[in-house]
Amino acid sequence: MKYSIFSLARAALSGHKNWPRTWRDPQPQKHYDVVIVGGGGHGLATAYFLAAEHGIRNVAVLEKGWIGSGNAGRNTTIIRSNYMLPGNIGFYELSMKLWETMERDLNYNTMVSQRGVLNLYHSDAQRDAYARRGNAMRINGIDSELLDREGVRKLLPFLNFDNARFPIQGGLLQPRGGTARHDAVVWGYAHAADRLGVDIIQNCEVTGFTRDAGGKVTGVETTRGTIGAGKVGVAVAGSSSRVAAMAGLRLPIESHVLQAFVSEGIKPLIPNVVTFGAGHFYVSQSDKGGLVFGGDLDGYNSYAQRGNLPVVEDVCEGGMALMPVIGRVRLLRQWGGIMDMSMDGSPIIDKTPVDGLYLNAGWCYGGFKATPGSGFVFAHLIARDELHREGARFRLDRFRRGAMIDEKGQGAQPNLH
Amino acid sequence: MRIACPFCGPRENGEFTYLGDAKPKRPALEAGEEAYYEYVYLRDNVAGEMDEFWYHGAGCRSWIKVRRNTVTHEISSVEPAAGAGAAKVAS
Repeated sequence: MKYSIFSLARAALSGHKNWPRTWRDPQPQKHYDVVIVGGGGHGLATAYFLAAEHGIRNVAVLEKGWIGSGNAGRNTTIIRSNYMLPGNIGFYELSMKLWETMERDLNYNTMVSQRGVLNLYHSDAQRDAYARRGNAMRINGIDSELLDREGVRKLLPFLNFDNARFPIQGGLLQPRGGTARHDAVVWGYAHAADRLGVDIIQNCEVTGFTRDAGGKVTGVETTRGTIGAGKVGVAVAGSSSRVAAMAGLRLPIESHVLQAFVSEGIKPLIPNVVTFGAGHFYVSQSDKGGLVFGGDLDGYNSYAQRGNLPVVEDVCEGGMALMPVIGRVRLLRQWGGIMDMSMDGSPIIDKTPVDGLYLNAGWCYGGFKATPGSGFVFAHLIARDELHREGARFRLDRFRRGAMIDEKGQGAQPNLH
Repeated sequence: MRIACPFCGPRENGEFTYLGDAKPKRPALEAGEEAYYEYVYLRDNVAGEMDEFWYHGAGCRSWIKVRRNTVTHEISSVEPAAGAGAAKVAS
């Protein structure tokens, strides 16, 4: 159904007891034009854009649990496009623009809030690096503003400006950045894709690929039977290596655990997204009042979806160094997600050496902001068998060719990206 | 997660630095680009038991080899691995 003020009024009259399902619960068909493996934000966005942009509606999204049960529901909901390198900068801005029209496009309230993302700097060298980044953004038509100390003080007067070791000198602000409601993004894409005819099939784990004599992928084997497919797109970040291994592929990816945290609800304190420049700590405040924050990876390979205490301590120390005002706030919950850490910190959206198999992977811990752009570019690749201009550098073979996109300049050590 | 250092006993994992999978071995100098590409970039990314190198930087500063399950974080063995930080040429 289409949501509107009228559907809301009608449902209100019957005490909100007669809302229809947001998406159907179909049985898998024998064959689809395209099967997307992975019912997270990226997989659902891909299915939506296949139907909405390319008219390919005979599509299924297969999810081993429930949709949005992986990283789509475990992130810190930040959206931004403050990148610098060619290959990244245009892509993330494409994604940012899709965030700005998402609620109208999907007919769903995804609570996109452009409250601004502020990266603080604490030294002259860091200010210069941020000035360079801000200029790169402006050259590419993206909003950015370099704030001095007083500019930051106006926004966030309670920060510890005179920290003896890391005094705050200023910050790089992207006013159009902000947050979105992560679960609503999943449900919104599911709702919109379903309305266009996409089958969303939950509790359906892919256990293998079916191939013809020439090696081309012809479908997937699942816990709910074999499903034929003209093309198969894999969007299972966190588990990409395991799924790719079913097709005999080894990827330039390690899976690592990243933790995130939310505090008890407090009155409005933090008006935007803030990152500490002298450690790794980023924070925003949810509409319920909880402080949502995170920091570094734990640093070791993990598929466990939970981390360890040294990083909890490190992240909270970062928070205390930046804003001692939160010292009495109690931690409510903490959890972990599995990050697809690629060897240069940038994603992969490409065909694979296996005919008929397409890969969307390696999002490291920046996948949420990329959700709409990733779906848009991946759908383009699957539908037309050609790279989209803004995703043209996210090639699987770029490591072999030496064409890395290493935003942090860390080299091939995934736990440092 | 605690790691039982062979020299210091059980210590919290925050004292250790992670190098990663112990399996990749640096190819011989003349092995060619493909072998180096695999060594530097491709990973098995094991879900299950994996041998890996850790460095006890906040303790005895020894390299150790840990067999750890990446799904459960359970550690089944720890042994000294002197010099693991220097890349080993496959023999």
